[in-house]
Amino acid sequence: MSQVAPPAVPTAGAGALSLPVSPTTALQWLRDMHLIREFEVRCMQSYQEKKIGGFCHVYIGQEAVAVGCVAAMRPEDPIVTAYRDHGHALARGMTSRACMAEMYGRVDGCAKGKGGSMHMFDRPNNLFGGHGIVGAQTPLGVGLAFATKYEDEVINGGKSRRVSLSFLGDGAVNQGSFYEAMNLSGLLDLPVIFIIENNGYSMGTAIQRGTTMSHDLCIKGRAHGLREATIDGMDVLSVYRDMKALVEWCRENSRPAIVDMKCYRFKGHSMSDPRKYRTREEEAHHESNDPIITLEHTLTHAGVLDEAKLAAMLKLVREEVREAIAFANASEVTPETELYKDVFVEPWGKYTGSSLPEFMGGATNACTFRATDGKEGLV
Amino acid sequence: MSAVMSNPLFREPLSIAGATREIEFRDAVREAMCEEMRRDKRVYLLGEEVAQYDGAYKVSKGMLAEFGAGRVVDTPISESGFSGMAIGSAMLGLRPIVEFMSWSFALVAADPILNNAPKMLYMSGGQFGCPIVFRGNDGAGGQLGSTHSWSVEGLFSNVPGVKIVIPSTPADAKGLMKTAIRDDDPVFFMESERLLSMKGHVPEAEYLIPFGHAAIRRAGKDCTLCSWGRPVHFCMEAAEILAKEGIDCEVIDLRTIRPLDLPTVIASVRKTSAAVVVDQSWSFASPGSELAAQIHRHCFDDLDNFVHRVHSDDVPTPYAVALEQEYLPNVRKICEAVRSATYRA
Repeated sequence: MSQVAPPAVPTAGAGALSLPVSPTTALQWLRDMHLIREFEVRCMQSYQEKKIGGFCHVYIGQEAVAVGCVAAMRPEDPIVTAYRDHGHALARGMTSRACMAEMYGRVDGCAKGKGGSMHMFDRPNNLFGGHGIVGAQTPLGVGLAFATKYEDEVINGGKSRRVSLSFLGDGAVNQGSFYEAMNLSGLLDLPVIFIIENNGYSMGTAIQRGTTMSHDLCIKGRAHGLREATIDGMDVLSVYRDMKALVEWCRENSRPAIVDMKCYRFKGHSMSDPRKYRTREEEAHHESNDPIITLEHTLTHAGVLDEAKLAAMLKLVREEVREAIAFANASEVTPETELYKDVFVEPWGKYTGSSLPEFMGGATNACTFRATDGKEGLV
Repeated sequence: MSAVMSNPLFREPLSIAGATREIEFRDAVREAMCEEMRRDKRVYLLGEEVAQYDGAYKVSKGMLAEFGAGRVVDTPISESGFSGMAIGSAMLGLRPIVEFMSWSFALVAADPILNNAPKMLYMSGGQFGCPIVFRGNDGAGGQLGSTHSWSVEGLFSNVPGVKIVIPSTPADAKGLMKTAIRDDDPVFFMESERLLSMKGHVPEAEYLIPFGHAAIRRAGKDCTLCSWGRPVHFCMEAAEILAKEGIDCEVIDLRTIRPLDLPTVIASVRKTSAAVVVDQSWSFASPGSELAAQIHRHCFDDLDNFVHRVHSDDVPTPYAVALEQEYLPNVRKICEAVRSATYRA
């Protein structure tokens, strides 16, 4: 299924096991995928218990995409994504605690409970959101690539050569902002990769009902001169191998790319979705291709995983998520003093300036310049 | 004004003793951008025709030659795309200046400029700010028809998280633009195409004008006229006419509508007991209606009459020259409002 052009697939230390990475790394991916799965299952429970409000879109079934893509990047490479973002946050290194506390609307959440499920931000891990408007994050991803290139060429004269990832769903490919983003990335030679997590449905609309030429979404990038790859998003090893090659090509050439990442979401669009638009047979067919089971089989056959190891891994994952829920439950509901904070960096009038969330130390954000000169009584 | 003068960066351009020279409004905006780009490499300019064409209205004339294509970036006609791109770059620490050839075209970029820039700091819990300036022509130009004649402050001032600057003179445009670029928060900077060729005295020395500091353009005792941007000039003309009728107007130029310098307005209305708000946007749910409500609240016992308001008429902007002039918050309408507010009608 994968069609990424050369350079050759990297292999690192796996020897005869035919893994593209070391057993330790592969086991870490399995652990990360299980963590996302367990986190999402517990989010669904918490949502039923009304501990989580608003919209909640879970990532179950697509775990291999976030884990494989993040593994193919450097930690300093910026990432931006859409609203189905818990998996990307966890894969990027956000703690289960900060992520769950955000779901619960608590002050210890990654955004102090002001963003919620769809708006996960993690500056230390270079995650630039979670964005709720379909397609809106794609120009932001281009901007991240513009900034890294600008830093290299104008400010530092350095060669950090960072590559930006901009995730979107297949429903976003019909938004104008996506085409504007692709055009700008091609014009300005920006190292950004648009990863279409193509799970076949934009909410309840099957892809062929909303998108022309839906059999090959890379076509959408061809008019803008983007490098293309179609990748099996249900297999983390394929995701990693093909993304690694693509990321390094973009880094080397300072050029954009588009990925049709074929995947399937096992649950509904959101918590309120009865999934009447697809058959249970279709779901069963895709669930038999569970990316977590696939990796477990691969690792078992490679002699890297056995039942005892897996049981121990699952135990730790469940403990971690259980502990994250306890943490979120115990965390303070975001206080009213936060209402007028973080509207402006500069404190003026009723606005009380800005501060960083607790996981970043909770320090006051420095206001480098007082635009209002500290004048009182402004509205 | 003592708080203003205590800021060493700020010198009141209209009363400054130092040397000045006469330059156009567009030159003043350009000087501010160039000075700040020389000072800070993170600042860059992007937009349609800003580089090779020297700017559709020549505001960015010569900037490509000085700063190069890496920092003066021509974009395609793609407002939503390049606005979003600039916001993404600001999240990573750059300080973009985005030129909209006209703010009317910013409507197709409503999602990035209203949903991303003003909310990023809040939604990220303080992690990602958005130090960005959006600037361009705002308000009716000369017979451009309805789609090109927006006064977008009527829409955009409803959104928390942005600062909105509407200068009326070259000196203000320069000092306020420098402040806008240094500000850590998103700023919407609205120029009037009708003012771009206006000449005015601008100091030779560096100065900045802080936001939320209104300028009293004309002192008076009978009626307070509050405005911003181009209609400030209509107010000054009206004040001259009204003076001959024995009505002594105080003209306040708010300069910024978010923040809004209410203390200066309140002090004036407490003195004059009459107020007229002049706003180029439409009347319904506008900056003018907000200011009038604030004056009513804070000066309830001081007012001899309700606050009168002069806006553009509540219709799409017409093309025909006479109709367009009638549509604007013109001198005749202002004079009528002041006479009514002071019971001289």
